[in-house]
Amino acid sequence: MDWLVQAAYFISAILFIFGLKQMSSPVTARRGIIWAGLGMVVATAVTFVHPQIHGNYIWIILAMVVSSGLAWWSGRRVAMTDMPQMIAIYNGLGGGAAAAIAAVELVKHHEMPLIVQILAVLGALIGTIAFSGSTIAFAKLQGIMRKTFRFSGQQIVNLGLFALTALIGAWIAFSGTEYSGFVLLIFFVLALAFGVMMTLPIGGADMPVVISLFNALTGLAVGLEGYVLQNPAMMIAGIVVGSAGTLLTQLMAKAMNRPISNVLFSNFGDTGSTEGSDEVEGTLKPIEAPDVAAMMGFADKVIIVPGYGMAVAQAQHKIWELTKLLQERDVDVKFAIHPVAGRMPGHMNVLLAEAGVPYDIIYDLDEINEEFATANVALVIGANDVVNPVARSNPESPIYGMPILNADKAENVIVIKRGKGAGFSGIENHLFYADNTRMLYGDAQAMVGELISAIKEF
Amino acid sequence: MIEGIVALYIFMLAAVAGYEIISKVPVILHTPLMSGSNFVHGIVVVGAMVALGRAETGLEIFIGFVAVLLGAGNAVGGYVVTERMLEMFKSSKKGDK
Repeated sequence: MDWLVQAAYFISAILFIFGLKQMSSPVTARRGIIWAGLGMVVATAVTFVHPQIHGNYIWIILAMVVSSGLAWWSGRRVAMTDMPQMIAIYNGLGGGAAAAIAAVELVKHHEMPLIVQILAVLGALIGTIAFSGSTIAFAKLQGIMRKTFRFSGQQIVNLGLFALTALIGAWIAFSGTEYSGFVLLIFFVLALAFGVMMTLPIGGADMPVVISLFNALTGLAVGLEGYVLQNPAMMIAGIVVGSAGTLLTQLMAKAMNRPISNVLFSNFGDTGSTEGSDEVEGTLKPIEAPDVAAMMGFADKVIIVPGYGMAVAQAQHKIWELTKLLQERDVDVKFAIHPVAGRMPGHMNVLLAEAGVPYDIIYDLDEINEEFATANVALVIGANDVVNPVARSNPESPIYGMPILNADKAENVIVIKRGKGAGFSGIENHLFYADNTRMLYGDAQAMVGELISAIKEF
Repeated sequence: MIEGIVALYIFMLAAVAGYEIISKVPVILHTPLMSGSNFVHGIVVVGAMVALGRAETGLEIFIGFVAVLLGAGNAVGGYVVTERMLEMFKSSKKGDK
């Protein structure tokens, strides 16, 4: 049966690669995941006749049924706003699985070629770190764990912990069958601890980059364990994800203007003081909903800048309703999405898509920034730091250099905001004080509702 | 047995493929794509099945069982959330799906 298994793995590797390729365009993305899913079904089904499986079929089926059921149920019911932490936890499971595979091989204490043993241990280390790290990332984004845990000398402690873990790992890898079960246990416990320790000090805003990094690490671990098991499907799929995930991590970090090393080894807010240079000229000028409705209803072009605050207020459906009303009045409506809008790059697109907004009126920062100058109204909903002009003008500011949406270039700027506080970075937003800006105070969903009823009355 | 050097070639080519696939992706798909790649490494479930299938002692069976449990969760959960996200992406032009 070996040829059947090998042929099936080959086909599933092809399906994975082309599936991922199709997922990189919105037009074919849906087909892509179905292809990849088909690859998974083929690979899993054929593994039941894998020549190395001698028994334990009951256990295999039981584990698969229980776990699939739970994962299916949790995946169906999770809200779109909670997607990042869901991805984190599923990713953690994969890392844990790779580590557990290594553990099964290592507790057997059988003779392995040196290279196989090294890769088994390396995969175990990476997989375990991805497992415990992803779990902490999940807990943080889910709000189970709110505090960022920091102490002085933390980096030294973490480095020491990692060095110790790596040292014990190296001993296991090079000692043939000499290592004891106890050393193995210590190794896994230390690797778990390191994953926890490295993720604890990272703030919620940087978490997406970290999740993406753990995703890449899990892929790598899976690829390595694939070699240990002589399984080409695992090797190819794992390494493809490892490399794609690394690039994706870099792209995300770049979009957030945060080098990966900064995310991992420094603490936002600790870097530089924000005081002193933060005086704002001008005043906050409130406006009422009917005036905004008139402004938008008779505009030629409106650009909407949504932020995570909009998603929290669940205002995206109302905004799509508003958009349709404006389109009926021949207003050109576009959405401008900052790369870090939402909780991770692309998250806001998902939230808007959920409300029914077609992706071809949604634009990236690079595509739309020039257009603000020709817009009559820029409507900022629940976004703050991503439209703060100090990122262009004030080198003292912690967000200086971050690419921002040039909402301030529009003829009129309307900001829907709950209260007068600063953004989550704690930085005053100079846009709110600008001459062409008006503040519409209130809950995003309620305010957009008022805009809709006002426009309907024209 | 896949020779070490052959494995190295496989790893190298797979890494290039992964890099190429992602390099031109628009920001709007970052989240679904991360989720999609997260699903793809759910292939680990296949390895977990083999590990459990050839496990002999109670300890091996236990760890193997955990491996399948985790791996299947990765694959199924990853698929469900990715599919849910991508299902929502629509164009404003009708029939352009």
